[in-house]
Amino acid sequence: MSSVMTAETTEASEKVINQVQDGPIVVRPEKGVDIKMSAEGVSVFYGDKQALDDISIDIHSKQITALIGPSGCGKSTFLRCLNRMNDVVGGCRINGRITMDGEDIYAPRVDVASLRGQVGMVFQKPNPFPKSIFDNVAYGPRIHGYAQHRDEIEEIVVRSLSKASLFEEVKDRLHDPATGLSGGQQQRLCIARAIAVNPEVLLMDEPCSALDPIATARIEDLMWELKEKFTIIIVTHSMQQASRVSQRTGFFHMGVLAEVGTTEQIFQNPVDNRTRDYITGRFG
Amino acid sequence: MILFNEKLVRKRNRAERRFRAYGILSLLAAASVLLFLVYTIVSSGYSAFFRTTLLMDVQLNAAHMDITSPYTRDVLMQGRYTSLVKTSLYARFPGVSERRERRALSKLLSPGAELVVRDYVINHPESIGATVALEVPLSSDFDQLYKEHLPRTGEHIRFSEVQLRWFDQLQEEGRLNYRFNTQFLFGGDSRYPELAGIGGAVVGSFYALSVCFLLAFPLGIAAATYLEEFSGNTRLTRIIEANINNLAAVPSVIFGLLGLAIFLNVFGLPRSTPLVGGFVLSLMTLPTIIIATRASIRSVSPGIRQAALGMGASPVQVVFHHVLPAAMPGTLTGTIIGLAQALGETAPLLMIGMVAFIANVPATPLDASAALPVQIFLWAESAERGFVEKTSAAMMVIMAFLILMNILAVIVRSKTQAKVE
Ligand SMILES: Nc1ncnc2c1ncn2[C@@H]1O[C@H](COP(=O)(O)OP(=O)(O)OP(=O)(O)O)[C@@H](O)[C@H]1O
Ligand SMILES: [Mg+2]
Repeated sequence: MSSVMTAETTEASEKVINQVQDGPIVVRPEKGVDIKMSAEGVSVFYGDKQALDDISIDIHSKQITALIGPSGCGKSTFLRCLNRMNDVVGGCRINGRITMDGEDIYAPRVDVASLRGQVGMVFQKPNPFPKSIFDNVAYGPRIHGYAQHRDEIEEIVVRSLSKASLFEEVKDRLHDPATGLSGGQQQRLCIARAIAVNPEVLLMDEPCSALDPIATARIEDLMWELKEKFTIIIVTHSMQQASRVSQRTGFFHMGVLAEVGTTEQIFQNPVDNRTRDYITGRFG
Repeated sequence: MILFNEKLVRKRNRAERRFRAYGILSLLAAASVLLFLVYTIVSSGYSAFFRTTLLMDVQLNAAHMDITSPYTRDVLMQGRYTSLVKTSLYARFPGVSERRERRALSKLLSPGAELVVRDYVINHPESIGATVALEVPLSSDFDQLYKEHLPRTGEHIRFSEVQLRWFDQLQEEGRLNYRFNTQFLFGGDSRYPELAGIGGAVVGSFYALSVCFLLAFPLGIAAATYLEEFSGNTRLTRIIEANINNLAAVPSVIFGLLGLAIFLNVFGLPRSTPLVGGFVLSLMTLPTIIIATRASIRSVSPGIRQAALGMGASPVQVVFHHVLPAAMPGTLTGTIIGLAQALGETAPLLMIGMVAFIANVPATPLDASAALPVQIFLWAESAERGFVEKTSAAMMVIMAFLILMNILAVIVRSKTQAKVE
């Protein structure tokens, strides 16, 4: 049961409920838990090819949600739906409903650019702008008009870099090109850039896949700190990472969300056979 | 032990050596042709940057000049300097009194001599009445004689015995000087080779290229950006794309015809002007710029686009903040190469009448003017011996500009590249 996301179908899609019996197993939130974002019956097509099938998941506020699953199962695709980065992919079509704070993010009156300001993204490959370190971090606040004056921007830059635990390393060369940083530094710069606009949700697509264990540990520490303020969704191929950093985990398999629950439950007591096989390393 | 097929290896190595030899041979062939070209042009053209002058004592007699006080600029411009120059020349040769002889004697000097005197008087009105030593240009034939480009003896000799004697006498007295010819670099064209300058053509070309740049650069970037970033892949854009590629291959004379039909006949713009020349050249340069810009936009890493979109930049912001700056090195190089091509383009300028004889250096792009390649064309057609060296020298000038522009392209590329990376 899915519907094309237009204003007319909003009502209809509200009736969509999770099919606990034959669909993904969803642990409904306990009372008192804040739901930041929620997907209901989301299907994604690249041309004729279906990449995601009827995904429903709730993202809890100020928690880290890990998305795991074998390569090509649609984790990145799902992540990109959450800040509408799929809009720019040619031939990509999305059915279903995704809400943030109860509001449909695909509603016609939603401004995509502002949405992406609130749902930031860190990509798998560090992709700093070919500008100075300072300008990289200052870019978001500038285009969203969060700060006008030079010193306001400077304050945001310093604060964001410190939060990303990069400031100490680069404070003497803020105006050097960002491309001169190491891979791990670049990734932390990208995180600093993303949090400079104070997003409510931070999407991270395999942020540590290009990094060594030390840099990875730093970014994981960083995520722990950031989760006080932000809701984080991280895609990762590392079981250890998922179990270390996340409170909740969703397991994707061939375009469906096979299972989602607390990280503890998923790793210690998976309900779905595919999840168990994947976690114990029998495939993927 | 390593097993290998000895025959195969030897054959492969031989092929490798052979190929290298071919490469070196073709490089040598290309280099020698180029060297030969440069050598012929420079060896026949360098002397145009110099000219022979005669150091002459001129008595600035107000009565001879036919001027009366006050000596304002207008009054001085009206003065008659021809007789002044001639009198001074005759004074050097007291023995020459017959009219025929005197006329032959005056042939030694260029008509430009009186202009030198006039300019001196205008700049130094206080010296009227005094006698001053001025360097005035020799006529082209005697200039060529001094440069040993014309024979003293033989069948088609252009000098009489007595003229040669006067010339030798002046040379013995140390009155003849070989000077750098600033008039050639900065002056306008002239019927007299010794007075003809390339300055008018340089300025005309500069104006035309400026107009061309101002028009083609923004238009080209706008068109390329729209096609690449916003238009989507529709049938219409594919047709437009194919036609832009075709346009780049259209012979330039056709653009000239188009310019003649549209800019001159329909819009009634003034003919022979750098403005129209620039318009026509921009038609040719536009496809080059569009193609170069599109190629460099396409090579901008998708990561940058994604990062910008992910930060919440609008598509236009993505293009202007990230894609275009990153594409700038390629765009600028393409533009400069396009302009360098336009600089050497003759045919379209002929079509819009930039081939007229124009003696003034144009003050604005709306003044009729020559252009560098057209000037070469005009001088190459002239019969006088003096224009031969001018033609080659003009080629040296245009080649110097082309080399400068290509160096500029390299510098711009590495500078902007360094900024982007
Ligand atoms: N732009 C696209 N056009 C067409 N198909 C795509 C596109 N992007 C992804 N797909 C397809 O959608 C499916 C899901 O891809 P996705 O990138 O979401 O996988 P993933 O789970 O992130 O994999 P990985 O762990 O390797 O990153 C894949 O089969 C992929 O081939
Ligand atoms: Mg992925």
